[in-house]
Amino acid sequence: MATAGNKEDVLSEHAANPAVASIVAWKREAVVDALWDRGELTLTIARSDIRQAAKIVQTAGFNFLEDVTAVDWYPTEPRFQISYHILSHGMKQRVRLRAFLASDDPVIDSITPVWPSANFYEREVFDLFGVRFAGHPNLRRIMMPDEWEGHPLRKDYPVEGYR
Amino acid sequence: MTEFVSTGSLLEPHVVEGSGDTTMVLNMGPQHPSTHGVLRLVIEIDGETVLKVVPDIGYLHTGIEKTCEAKFYQQVVPMTDRIDYLSPMSNNLCYCLAVEKLLELEIPDRAQWMRVLLNELTRLNSHLVWLGTHAMDIGALTVFLYTFREREEILRIFEHVSGQRMMTSYFRIGGLALDPPYDFFDRVQALIKILPEKIDEYQNLLTGNPIWVSRLKGVGHLSAADGIALGVTGPPLRASGVDFDLRRDMPYSSYEKFQFKVPISTDCDVWARYVIRLEEMRESVKICQQALDGMPEGPIKANSPKVVLPDREKMKTEMEALIYHFKIVTEGFTVPAGEVYQAIESPRGEMGYYVVSDGTAKPYRVHMRNPSFATLQALQTMCAGRLIADVVAVIGSIDIVLGEIDR
Repeated sequence: MATAGNKEDVLSEHAANPAVASIVAWKREAVVDALWDRGELTLTIARSDIRQAAKIVQTAGFNFLEDVTAVDWYPTEPRFQISYHILSHGMKQRVRLRAFLASDDPVIDSITPVWPSANFYEREVFDLFGVRFAGHPNLRRIMMPDEWEGHPLRKDYPVEGYR
Repeated sequence: MTEFVSTGSLLEPHVVEGSGDTTMVLNMGPQHPSTHGVLRLVIEIDGETVLKVVPDIGYLHTGIEKTCEAKFYQQVVPMTDRIDYLSPMSNNLCYCLAVEKLLELEIPDRAQWMRVLLNELTRLNSHLVWLGTHAMDIGALTVFLYTFREREEILRIFEHVSGQRMMTSYFRIGGLALDPPYDFFDRVQALIKILPEKIDEYQNLLTGNPIWVSRLKGVGHLSAADGIALGVTGPPLRASGVDFDLRRDMPYSSYEKFQFKVPISTDCDVWARYVIRLEEMRESVKICQQALDGMPEGPIKANSPKVVLPDREKMKTEMEALIYHFKIVTEGFTVPAGEVYQAIESPRGEMGYYVVSDGTAKPYRVHMRNPSFATLQALQTMCAGRLIADVVAVIGSIDIVLGEIDR
């Protein structure tokens, strides 16, 4: 997991970035980690702050939610990484927010109140990873049949033989 | 663009008019000719008025993302064709760009320009299929025969250059698979010389047709704020007046060296999407012409022997090349740990590949952000309150491909 970084350096280097500036101005401790890698800015947000952070980034001009997805770091803990890719049409740049969830309680606030488009993306993450989104209006399976058991994109999901 | 931040209108509870005993639930699909695949819609209607549209997807889910995790990086390229089978080159390009970003590879100019040329041909191919099937859904059967005539020539060109008509897999991480054949550029030139007048021909068939106009104008209204809130990208968003095109605004693969216009409309309806796609086809022809005129000479693969397969000739004559070939084929190449998100403007909108590497020869996670998947969420907003027949026109106008929705 390439999270080894120097958070304070990245934050001060990109202090002019509206996403960094607005989140730091709101709540500096909400940013658990910050990373600048291959021209992409990644801000790791505390799990409980994700909805508010999304709202603040949206107000700062990052108006378009491109994608919500997850990565399963099994057997490492915290196991699930939820990645949000957010684009600004005006500034022509994007920021990645992410949050980490432990396997014993994979629940995070839904950001559908901020961007309604998160509806399908979060349903997909729920379906394929088993991460639950609190406050989601319609958290049902989307790809797999409703009666399916298990979550196929988890790393411990068997890929052959009997389930 | 901050005026598009407001998403309030979508969060209000939608009051469904009419009591339960006057409405009817109608099942449309998964086998229905106008759903362009296996899309199932559960539609609640009152008379002929649509109250609610609930898409049911997943019939084509094959677990491509999971399969990618078990393949070497270079083996994922053929998987990406199968996602959006109408624009295979866009998928190839997006995935290759993402992995090249992880590897921080320098791609030679000729490969970049070839990629642009082939991507614009892909866009033409995809828009031709869209125009033919969209018109056929609405009842204008003739157009289909006209557009497929030109599409056939594009597919022949694809076959000529890559050996495959649809699942091309022509791009490689680090460049292209092969040099284009000697008469490739002549054939492309011959095609794009006739295309502008063919586009006029389609336009003459449709634009003045009173049935076509009345079926399209004012149907499927989607405001810019709703489009952004619902994740709509590409031609449907530009038809709502948002001036944003990744090719121009966040250029990749040397798109910044090409001059082209981004068509915009503020009509927000199915008609605007039709007009915009026709204009995009004309712009694509211009980009193809510029690519042909300025095609640089030089290598088509990056100079990175540990990633890019050596030439056949070298492999048979040089020991070192043979070793590299053997190593890449049998154990892949390692990619430094990290995560990247690469987005391109596919014919349907923003296509993004999110590739996470853990430092091994296989991707830890590949996620595709597909334009159709997001655009499908806007169906309810575009169809509610309209007639049931308009649902067909709206589905055609967002140009969905079920392969990339279900993956």
